[in-house]
Amino acid sequence: MLPLKDKDKPLVQKLLAAGCCARCVLRFCCVGLHAAYRQPCQDSLKELQAFVSDAENGKSEQAAAPEPAEGNSTSHDALEQSVSEAQADGASRVCVCCLGILQQLSEHTQAVKVCVAVKAENYEFDSLVLSVSLPAQLCVREVSVYVCVCVCLLGCVFCWFQSVFEVGVEFTHPETDADCHFLVCSPSLQSVFTRMAVVKALEKIPADKFLKHYPCPPPRPAGSCSFQDVQCLHVAVFVAGRYNKFCRSLPQTPWVIDGERRMESSVEELIAAPILSAFRADGFNFSSSGREDVDVRTLGNGRPFAMELLNPHRSRLSRAEMKQLQEAINKSSDKIRVRDLQIVTREATGRMKEGEEEKTKSYTALVWTQKPVQKDDIAFLDEIKELSIDQKTPLRVLHRRALAVRQRLVHSMSTRLLDPHHFYLSLKTQAGTYIKEFVHGDFGRTKPNLCELLKTDTDILELDVESVDVDWPPAIPE
Amino acid sequence: MDGTEQRETAQAAPSVIDRYYTRWYRADMKGKPCEDHCVLQHSNRICVITLAETHPILQSGRTVKSINYQISNGCSRLNNKVSGKSKRGGQFLTDFAPLCRITCTDETEYTIYSCIRGRLLEVNEDILKRPALLLEKPSTEGYIAVILPKFEESKSITENLLSREEFEEVVSKRAAAQTQPS
Repeated sequence: MLPLKDKDKPLVQKLLAAGCCARCVLRFCCVGLHAAYRQPCQDSLKELQAFVSDAENGKSEQAAAPEPAEGNSTSHDALEQSVSEAQADGASRVCVCCLGILQQLSEHTQAVKVCVAVKAENYEFDSLVLSVSLPAQLCVREVSVYVCVCVCLLGCVFCWFQSVFEVGVEFTHPETDADCHFLVCSPSLQSVFTRMAVVKALEKIPADKFLKHYPCPPPRPAGSCSFQDVQCLHVAVFVAGRYNKFCRSLPQTPWVIDGERRMESSVEELIAAPILSAFRADGFNFSSSGREDVDVRTLGNGRPFAMELLNPHRSRLSRAEMKQLQEAINKSSDKIRVRDLQIVTREATGRMKEGEEEKTKSYTALVWTQKPVQKDDIAFLDEIKELSIDQKTPLRVLHRRALAVRQRLVHSMSTRLLDPHHFYLSLKTQAGTYIKEFVHGDFGRTKPNLCELLKTDTDILELDVESVDVDWPPAIPE
Repeated sequence: MDGTEQRETAQAAPSVIDRYYTRWYRADMKGKPCEDHCVLQHSNRICVITLAETHPILQSGRTVKSINYQISNGCSRLNNKVSGKSKRGGQFLTDFAPLCRITCTDETEYTIYSCIRGRLLEVNEDILKRPALLLEKPSTEGYIAVILPKFEESKSITENLLSREEFEEVVSKRAAAQTQPS
């Protein structure tokens, strides 16, 4: 039983005659009862037709149909005729207002189609947001119906609620795309007829101008909307950890020049591969707390990293599963190793980037000296604390960085002689210090540098990162 | 670190320049005999201009009296200012744009030229403060200038320059010519 009152009868008549489907009629009558929309469209239509027939056959002291707004008005006879037309083939006629979206396209079979499509993609989720994309001309048609019946324009019935999984359903109706074109004269609308733009233009257009360009009620469409593909999207999941790099010929990101790969694999690809398949994600964005060069190893606890997984079909892994995933990564290659692998929030990744600017790092460098040295010659380096150095942007990165002078601190150093021309230099420095340039001087553009301190030409043969002193992500006991 | 890794001897150790830069040369700049320039091209396309080992300034025990980056009334290379990643504001140089004029104590004067097209990033101010640096370390701390060629031109700038081998040929021909009776 539809919750309609006598006062609604003229409106229902008008809307049926105009060519609206049962559900649109209910919308315009401000029927908020969900049950009224859940019953099949045909049943609602039959009830409405019966409701109106009662009015027809009943007493004549029904309220007169409200005077229509300027423009179109139908005579009582014409109204009767169109109502009976509606009764005759109402089932097959495409609604002039919703273009079929609230008719067949909202019935059970259609919903099943969407469910089947979503199931086929095999996502894991508790809740979802159903996002429906409608042709912009629906706005125009709704305004037209509104003008026609002079009642408040009702908004859509779709509800939104918070969810991380979105199912997108798109409807199109190419036959009536031109409905919007008359709005082009409006200043806020150019040639792109997005829903937003159409709504804005409709807000601005005066009623008489609207009526001049667009029929009220809207013209009947030949066919209903067509339903495009279902698109599913899951919000990103963040996986963090720390990585070690044991190889001196591995870049952090893929090294591609002119479409040609210059070096096999990369840190991010080696870490990403098992994670992408475990979470069944479409892609990833890798970031870390600083970076090391291709030829530099990362030892100790490793460098913090975070990986954003795009559109993961799976979003929750247990601790045990994360442990297994970590082992899978570690088994897959001896060039890298990860630890403390865990799922984190997007907000938590901010901790990683603050580490890049503020925290200290420790290194060990293998230094070559031109003149032969003995233990006593280099011992004084161990005593130097908080050495302030000025580094002009190193030439090797100057093509992609601004030219500037950066002041940095070398907090402490310690030496271990290997032979008269080689020694190991351990350093603890401020974040952002270029170690290689401190050792060889970079054409004298880093001052002071090791050449000046030792009064001989020096060069760096090898560099290892010993520690990145950022206490994030939280350690996970083995 | 692994102490058993290979270590090069003092002679064989490839220097920073050997590892990351390619040496190019322009000999007899502007027709002046032996005024050879060297262009150190980094793999990232940045170029460092230096004197070649054969340049007259570095011969015959000369010492440098002064170095002047004011190359004309309106232009001093010291006023060069670049900003941002794209190095806007840097003076644009062509192959024969002068970088500086060097006067030696024996009153000989030499102009050092750009050798390549590109944007001037910096000139070496350390050699202003200590001209001896130019003689002591002409290929490293005594460099003259740093230039960034246009991205599209990074390969073509070397077309007019000599490779190391070609330059060494030129040098040995000179030596041969000198020993021949005139």
